[in-house]
Amino acid sequence: MNPLALARWQFAILTIIHFFFVPLTLGISIFLAIMETAYVRTGKEVYRDAVKFWAKVFLINFALGVVSGIVQEFQFGLNWSEYARFMGDIFGAPLAIEALLAFYLESTFIGVWIFGWDKLSPKVHAAVLWLTAIGSNLSAIWILIANSFMQHPVGYKMGEHGVLMANFGQVATNPNVLYQFPHVFFAGMSTAAFVVIGLSAYLYLQKRGDKAMLDMSVRWATVYGLIGVVLVILVGHFQGQFLEREQPTKMAAAEALWHSEHPAAFSLFGIPNEATQTTALEVKIPKVLSFLADNDFESEVEGIDAAQKLMESKYGPGNYIPPVGIVYWSFRLMVYAGGLMLLLLLYLWYLNSKGITLDQKPGFAKALVWSILLPYLAATTGWIMAEVGRQPWVVYGLLKTQDGVSPASVVSGGEVLFSLLSLGVVYIVLTYIGVRLVIKHLHSAPAQTPAAAD
Amino acid sequence: MDLKTLWFILITVLFIGFFFLEGFDYGVGMLLPFLGKRDEERRAILNAIGPFWDGNEVWMITAGGALFASFPQWYATLFSGFYIPLVLMLLALILRGVGFEFRSKEESAGWRSTWDWLIWLGSLLPALLWGVAIANIVRGVPIDANMHYTGGFFNLLNPYALIGGITFVVLFLMHGATYLALKLTNGLEKQATRVAGRMWVATLVMAVIFLLYSYPEVLSKAQYLGLSLVFLAVAVVALLVDGYFLKNGKMLQAFWAGGVTILGVTAGFFAALYPNVMPSSTNPAYSLTIANASASPTTLKVMTIVAVVLVPIVLVYQAWTYYTFRKRISTKKEELTY
Ligand code: HDD
Ligand code: HEM
Ligand code: HEM
Repeated sequence: MNPLALARWQFAILTIIHFFFVPLTLGISIFLAIMETAYVRTGKEVYRDAVKFWAKVFLINFALGVVSGIVQEFQFGLNWSEYARFMGDIFGAPLAIEALLAFYLESTFIGVWIFGWDKLSPKVHAAVLWLTAIGSNLSAIWILIANSFMQHPVGYKMGEHGVLMANFGQVATNPNVLYQFPHVFFAGMSTAAFVVIGLSAYLYLQKRGDKAMLDMSVRWATVYGLIGVVLVILVGHFQGQFLEREQPTKMAAAEALWHSEHPAAFSLFGIPNEATQTTALEVKIPKVLSFLADNDFESEVEGIDAAQKLMESKYGPGNYIPPVGIVYWSFRLMVYAGGLMLLLLLYLWYLNSKGITLDQKPGFAKALVWSILLPYLAATTGWIMAEVGRQPWVVYGLLKTQDGVSPASVVSGGEVLFSLLSLGVVYIVLTYIGVRLVIKHLHSAPAQTPAAAD
Repeated sequence: MDLKTLWFILITVLFIGFFFLEGFDYGVGMLLPFLGKRDEERRAILNAIGPFWDGNEVWMITAGGALFASFPQWYATLFSGFYIPLVLMLLALILRGVGFEFRSKEESAGWRSTWDWLIWLGSLLPALLWGVAIANIVRGVPIDANMHYTGGFFNLLNPYALIGGITFVVLFLMHGATYLALKLTNGLEKQATRVAGRMWVATLVMAVIFLLYSYPEVLSKAQYLGLSLVFLAVAVVALLVDGYFLKNGKMLQAFWAGGVTILGVTAGFFAALYPNVMPSSTNPAYSLTIANASASPTTLKVMTIVAVVLVPIVLVYQAWTYYTFRKRISTKKEELTY
């Protein structure tokens, strides 16, 4: 295999696995900080017990997020040296700021938090968790500023070897990140909620754990998750509209809209075929895409043909359309997962309001255990859509992915294969062990005595 | 002072912070299976660095990020060129990092000793490989006119670089043992003191060899030899003073003397490098320098403001964490976290 293909696989696999841990950290650190604050305010043991119980899950996840993050920091050097040369002047700054501002904060205070239960006053201990949570979320902001430049370059000028910083303020307030960060942030809230709810449901089914603590956790997570899911959907909608204007190739591919339509129908299901430029077995709802794109049921939506023409007029001949099938289906899976998450949480909210707990609804509890996968599916497919949809560019309109890779004379295909296999295997094995340790932790919760269970 | 020189100095400072702080926790990791016999002892050793290792590791991450921001060409040439060693180091750091978290989560002796040895390897390899990398950087490696490294893997394993690597390993072992002497109880601190003494001898021997070897390989070509020698002299004096303190059981002073040794060595070699950042052994004209490898003035200005504001704040809160956990670690099970 050629080094380019291997390098792309490596980047995609390692980054997706890194992002497997990230949303939970983003969301659960805040969730736990809120609960620990409640403990400080009220002195009720149930809050502290909950924090301590979920902390185990958080920390296993956090460790995996940290170690996979270290690799990320060097990936742009390893396989993407020409990208690093081209982008360094812009890209390095947010990355370094992320480390200075966010990673120090998060990693220093997480250590204090883990080891400080008996050494700090409850107030300071809770404050330390807030600092960790803020650090994690700040790190997301800065890395997304970097990524947003690749999606939507602003604040730069062209130099001899690549882009140069023209206006740091513009780079840091890229309109793209104003959608991207909230979307990722609310995705984190939703992920944390589904993990807490799903694992609690598992414990109800196993008749284990402290019931008062689980009841409280589920109630809080339901509210937290509803806020997250509603907002992730809302922001996602506006993000889509923004991209419709700024990255027409991506959104046209995401809709598999081969030709401009007026008004445009929304495609619910289909099998896009790039060779024939048609979609088989398509199920459509008329006019809805026009509405989603422009808030107007009658508007025209530009298709792949128009987007391709526009790109050719800007950048010369070439194929500017990303792999349509992948982008179409990753977008749909994300949106469907998000919709399903909303429905599940609404029903759970209804149950909570009736005072019905999950042990009375074993069927639904089982569904909730499996639905832990939904936010992960949505987050992964979301990134696949974002990154694959940007192809053939690695920096939109400025640098093609194929021109960013380290030259084969420096990094051979064999070397990339070695790092892909070794890192890939280690990541997968460790993720598996991490999941096993979480399950073990759940099983170590004391069994409910019949009296307590009822 | 121009911004490029300032950033060269700041990168040096970040590497000093990294080697000073991670230096002792790499050392602790390398000592883990040898110093700790029983499980509680090993746990105590891990708990001695438990609250700190992640914060320390961020010094390396920041050095990497800052290198990217201030000298993108250096970042690109270095990490694509030193490919295999870097991948090995990353693998090692992954196993080490999760090892701390995972090790005590299962009771079985096999599980725990597997992680102990992985932590050992995960501490040894980065110490060794950073030594190898720094020695290669200052010595010069084959780089062509397009700033591409052309040397392959085995070129990096030359005797000079390997001696540099071993020097780092013994220096960090000494630093780690001294740290443990300050943190442990129950007789373990005495053992750590003895190990520190022995590692001091090893460090002295390696340092002499490395410095003598450095003269023809590196120092004779340095443009700022005087400055470099001043720092290296500081390192040598600090090492000798360290020996005196170790002998008299003054471990806190010894720890700081070891820290000054690390500072002196790092600063001395970076000074010998300046104003190059990666000299080319193919043709001096192809060398990466602070001029041709650096970011634009705008980026450097932004980064300077950020660093000047944030680095002191980081130092304050990291110092606070060391203060918070200043007590020695007991080997009582119920007081251990990891
Ligand atoms: C729990 C996770 C989650 C959920 C439920 C959703 N998303 Fe999402 N989405 C993400 C998690 C995510 C993400 C992983 O965080 C991405 C990847 C890049 C980004 O900015 O966020 C993303 C990307 C992303 C993009 C592409 C951004 C780009 O290319 O830069 C769009 C247009 C949407 N989302 C829209 C939506 C809509 C309309 C949703 C309605 C249900 C939705 N997302 C649910
Ligand atoms: C953590 C969430 C992310 C995920 C899951 C993700 C996923 C992916 C995937 C799947 C690709 C491969 C696209 C292809 O080659 O067809 C890719 C490419 C890339 N992404 Fe991301 N990405 C993420 C975040 C980021 C961020 C934050 C950055 C920059 C800071 C980034 C930079 C890149 C670069 C440089 C490439 C080029 C390599 C390539 O196109 O193959 N990614 N990413
Ligand atoms: C490709 C670009 C990325 C790079 C270079 C990168 C780098 C890193 C590094 C070095 C760490 C370890 C920090 C430590 O030691 O404490 C880390 C962890 C983390 N990163 Fe990433 N990261 C990337 C993508 C992302 C994205 C897209 C997000 C969020 C939107 C993110 C959020 C986090 C968080 C929250 C952590 C804390 C640990 C955890 O995941 O549980 N990272 N990352």
